[in-house]
Amino acid sequence: MTAPAQPGPLFEYAPAPESRSIVDVRPSYGLFVDGEFVDGSGESMKTVNPATEEVLSEVAVGTEADVDRAVRAARRAFTRVWGPMRPADRGKYLFRIARILQERAREFAVLESLDNGKPIRESRDVDVPLAAAHFFYHAGWADKLAHAGLGPDPRPHGVAGQVIPWNFPLLMLAWKVAPALATGNTVVLKPAETTPLTALLFAEVCRQADLPPGVVNVVTGAGDTGRAVVEHDDVDKVAFTGSTEVGRSIARAVAGTRKVLTLELGGKAANIVFDDAPIDQAVEGIVRGIFFNQGHVCCAGSRLLVQESVHDEVIASLQRRIGTLRVGDPLDKNTDIGAINSAEQLARIRELSDVGEAEGAHRWQPACDLPDRGFWFPPTVFTGVSPAHRIARDEVFGPVLSVMTFRTPDEAVAKANNTTYGLSAGIWTEKGSRILAIADRLRAGVVWANTFNQFDPTSPFGGYKQSGYGREGGRHGLAAYLKGASH
Amino acid sequence: MSDRLAVRKTYKLYVNGAFPRSESGRTYEVTDARGAFLANAAWASRKDARDAVVAARGAFGKWSRATAYNRGQVLYRVAEVMEGRHAQFCEEVAAGEGVSSGRARAVVDAAIDRWVWYAGWTDKLAAVLGSANPVAGPFFDFSLPEPTGVVAVLAPQRSSLLGLVSVLAPVLAGGNTAVVVTSHRRPLPAVTLGEVLATSDVPGGVVNLLTGDAGEIGPWLAEHDDVDAIDLTGAPADRALELERLAAGSIKRVVRPPAEEPDWTADPGTSRMTPFLETKTVWHPKGV
Repeated sequence: MTAPAQPGPLFEYAPAPESRSIVDVRPSYGLFVDGEFVDGSGESMKTVNPATEEVLSEVAVGTEADVDRAVRAARRAFTRVWGPMRPADRGKYLFRIARILQERAREFAVLESLDNGKPIRESRDVDVPLAAAHFFYHAGWADKLAHAGLGPDPRPHGVAGQVIPWNFPLLMLAWKVAPALATGNTVVLKPAETTPLTALLFAEVCRQADLPPGVVNVVTGAGDTGRAVVEHDDVDKVAFTGSTEVGRSIARAVAGTRKVLTLELGGKAANIVFDDAPIDQAVEGIVRGIFFNQGHVCCAGSRLLVQESVHDEVIASLQRRIGTLRVGDPLDKNTDIGAINSAEQLARIRELSDVGEAEGAHRWQPACDLPDRGFWFPPTVFTGVSPAHRIARDEVFGPVLSVMTFRTPDEAVAKANNTTYGLSAGIWTEKGSRILAIADRLRAGVVWANTFNQFDPTSPFGGYKQSGYGREGGRHGLAAYLKGASH
Repeated sequence: MSDRLAVRKTYKLYVNGAFPRSESGRTYEVTDARGAFLANAAWASRKDARDAVVAARGAFGKWSRATAYNRGQVLYRVAEVMEGRHAQFCEEVAAGEGVSSGRARAVVDAAIDRWVWYAGWTDKLAAVLGSANPVAGPFFDFSLPEPTGVVAVLAPQRSSLLGLVSVLAPVLAGGNTAVVVTSHRRPLPAVTLGEVLATSDVPGGVVNLLTGDAGEIGPWLAEHDDVDAIDLTGAPADRALELERLAAGSIKRVVRPPAEEPDWTADPGTSRMTPFLETKTVWHPKGV
């Protein structure tokens, strides 16, 4: 054996691919309306595996007429079945759905990784179990809403139009659908253009659970389909997760209507590392913060703020750790970083990274072999970033970390808050009083101290400032789906 | 009756703890309900609105970080100082709103009591609206309400004092700072309220009161990037849609205008505080 010419991975790994035989992807899918799969009245679109560019299936693009059909089905179901139903029974349907998601967890995980490109380790251990947990949690609320502190007799809005993103397709579905149903609303859901498959599999779960027809409707498509959902006159409540730009246009579209709106938008979270932090733990948190789900996370810790005195030590340790990350086949159980979700997103990540270099920041990427086909971007660290650089201001939504330094806690807070966003933030220090003081001053909806990217159905999630309004999860999340309740 | 000639008050804006005239030099005539001259009020301009936003932003840090107990005492102090000016408020409300002196007294009483109601809320909000979250893992996880930031308030057009206090006090109770556009035709009680605020330990800049036209000033506030939320209660009906659309540009929290001005004597509840509160959730691992 000869030594490798350049530093390579610490260990050789044999491929350990998860079998995809557990999923049965149909060659084409219609829309799920009123409890049935029906043909769309318009075109269809292809959904591809971003790791291979293989076409997985053809999916209907919902038209205005299709959306109208879905909204009418949802309204009927609300008026005749779901609204009048005993709350305890609504809860039981949600418990059923939670259980079926657990039973079919492996199938969902494989399908999610195929359609989205995320590592099977994450879809298996995070996305799918959390989605099931969201249904289980909200199931219990269905007959306890009078005890939620949201008024003595909280009432649902009616029909909820929900538009969700491609980064956590099933989990975002669960965040939206579970509270809507628990509070007695019915749903028209528009999954993301590039990741419709787990929502369509979820439609089968609704059928297995004998959920009454029309309570959940899934209308696939792209931006125009989403717009038709948001702008439909008979939608009472709009919930959107996605970019701040689209969030603005939705807020404009619902202006002057009676529709109630919640928005969960972009972020540019600061992850603050103080000089007394345990460096190894902080480095794990930095990695989890920015490389989890290829950085396709609205609350990603994309701005690393390191206290100047430990900058070199943190960066050296971080680079060493990144060198051990395995980028590649999402279905391989050893993979840490999967595929970028789409060619469009890859182009945006490349563009912003090029701008980062052009504006004077220093790009570092580990030596790593990327597959020939599919959409890939290596984990990337920019040092020497100034707060004015675009990579310090714009949401990259990819595995790209921008590193800046600070000297004092005041400077750390000022830099952390120097953004139009306010979704999340991280703090790494051994000093408890400092954690609490800094957490108080950060203008962000979720603060992770000595951890990052933790989620739970009992824990409210959502943004300050231009990261949106409304919360998802916990008692607070119910308010979005009940009349006259704002917390 | 004394034959002494009265010393009349100059009604000015209240911005950053001071009482400037409008930088534009504009004023407009304020009359009583029968059309008789009462005063020339300052007619706030775009520059005045922007100055008010700067003042409100500057005051936000200290006010939002004051202890809830302290904020409660300050708001209670407003009630105390208002009580001392009871007669003056009655006179202004009766003249502007054209109500009997008995009715004006009831309105002023209710306005003072409203400060007391909200003063008592400041240190209850976290307990009522916050939570400890039982996450499925070794973490301490809690959620607390925090103020949204700088709130633009288009105050009710009809109820010039009780309505104004009913929309302003809840914004302050949560720890926000405010830029208020007062009732256009009935601005005088608002200016007097500014004099009360200035002598009630409310730090300068926490409340900024602009007399003028909500239809004119509203759009400047709705599109201002450093305003975090806007209450459209007093917006002209034909401008509300435009204002809400402008507010979307920076994802402002918006309270839409009611179909008609509500009965301000009703139990206020919490629904005017919660739109201007964010929920912050903090996680920390547990471990030995």
